[in-house]
Amino acid sequence: MSAALTPGHSDVDATVVGGGLVGLAIALGLQDQGRRVVIVDEGDIALRASRGNFGLVWVQGKGDTCADYARLTRLSARQWRAFADDLTDATGIDIQLSQIGGLYICLSDDELQQRQQMLASMRLEHNDDYPFELLDHTALKAKVPAIGPTVAGATWGPEDGHVNPLLLLRAMVERFLQRQGQLLTCGPVTRIEPITGGFRVHAGKQWNESTKVVLAAGLGNKTLAPQVGLSAPLQPNRGQVLIAERVRHFLDYPTGHVRQTGEGTIQCGDSKEDVGFDCGTTTDVLATIAARAVRMFPLLEQVRLVRSWGALRVMTPDGYPIYQQSEQYPGAYLVTCHSGVTLAAAHAGPIAAWIDSGQHPDDFALETFHGQRFSV
Amino acid sequence: MASDSAFKRLPANPAAVVNIWVEGQPITARAGESVAAAVLAAGLGPTRTTPVSAAPRAPYCMMGVCFECLMEIDGQPNSQGCMTQVSEGMQVRFQQGAREPLENAS
Repeated sequence: MSAALTPGHSDVDATVVGGGLVGLAIALGLQDQGRRVVIVDEGDIALRASRGNFGLVWVQGKGDTCADYARLTRLSARQWRAFADDLTDATGIDIQLSQIGGLYICLSDDELQQRQQMLASMRLEHNDDYPFELLDHTALKAKVPAIGPTVAGATWGPEDGHVNPLLLLRAMVERFLQRQGQLLTCGPVTRIEPITGGFRVHAGKQWNESTKVVLAAGLGNKTLAPQVGLSAPLQPNRGQVLIAERVRHFLDYPTGHVRQTGEGTIQCGDSKEDVGFDCGTTTDVLATIAARAVRMFPLLEQVRLVRSWGALRVMTPDGYPIYQQSEQYPGAYLVTCHSGVTLAAAHAGPIAAWIDSGQHPDDFALETFHGQRFSV
Repeated sequence: MASDSAFKRLPANPAAVVNIWVEGQPITARAGESVAAAVLAAGLGPTRTTPVSAAPRAPYCMMGVCFECLMEIDGQPNSQGCMTQVSEGMQVRFQQGAREPLENAS
């Protein structure tokens, strides 16, 4: 490349493209290593998976077809408490992390049996080190008295939890700024230019230089990755979410479909649709979500809905993350995943450490998440 | 009955009087008014306490957006006072914190 880092303009160690949960977690992790970091964020016009998600710190069932993903997920869940405490200590924001276990509720016996088989095979693959419990209706009712009479049962994951994702995002931004991080909200990144000794990231007429660049732009990674010799074969997958009025606390544990926040708000979701970049809502899907939620918890029938939204998941073909450094342009990294909440602690920990020093984590094989697996 | 209120009804459009009950007190409202307007005109409130900190609140946006005016109206908790018209004999109570999720599904 012809251009080189501009003297006086290049005291930044890393530019992170994307100021959502993934980008912020990486940025905080790099700051932990003493790096000076700039986040370039598209702004509120971005598709923003971080503002639409369900807030689960979820373990059970994740990585059923990829043992390393299960290990990565569990590693992150283990590190989440320290990550949350650090954020709260530094910012004073209580992000409402609770990790006292979670339930995957199954309406029918068939569903429950399939769920159990899936988790049992994971337990086998992880040499018995994969905690879960099968709860029949009676056992479930004992744990959650509000459960509906027609629910078959649930699987219980003691490592599951949840958090308030909006407070999390806010706390992470504050923590980043506290440590002199620069958050540039300047519209979409239009070009990433590899230059001698680093990268120049253009956003409209603005540009920013650094020795490393990390792509954490969610669905935006698809067009950015090829500019630094990487590939991000991502597709949007829409989830719709329903929010009901605040009611007195009745649900201690998060479930895969319904949870109650620290303030008492009810959140229902878990639809999956392939509808391109349309992040709207549809009555039929919302009705299906609501009907299932009422079957799980009949008391919800008397509770009013106050809003709904759609948001786009960031999905690779196999659903697992890509963590990869460019071979063509070393110093350029791709970090993309669907589970930005669950994996936040891992991103701020071992993944940021890998980007900083090249050191691979012990708990799982990082190579598993190389993007090459999609180019056969 | 009501104390001083900063809100005055305009004389331009005299509507029929509607009698409602607020926390057991009789107040007079006008046909077509919202519960929130009637309560404010009567100088009553705060009309709810928040579920998080129990802070006192009163009607604010008056157009269905802010949810500050939640009251129990004719037995229905968390009702938006600004989106509910007064009717004769209506029973209004202030919303104290989060509502109970009642399991009385028929």
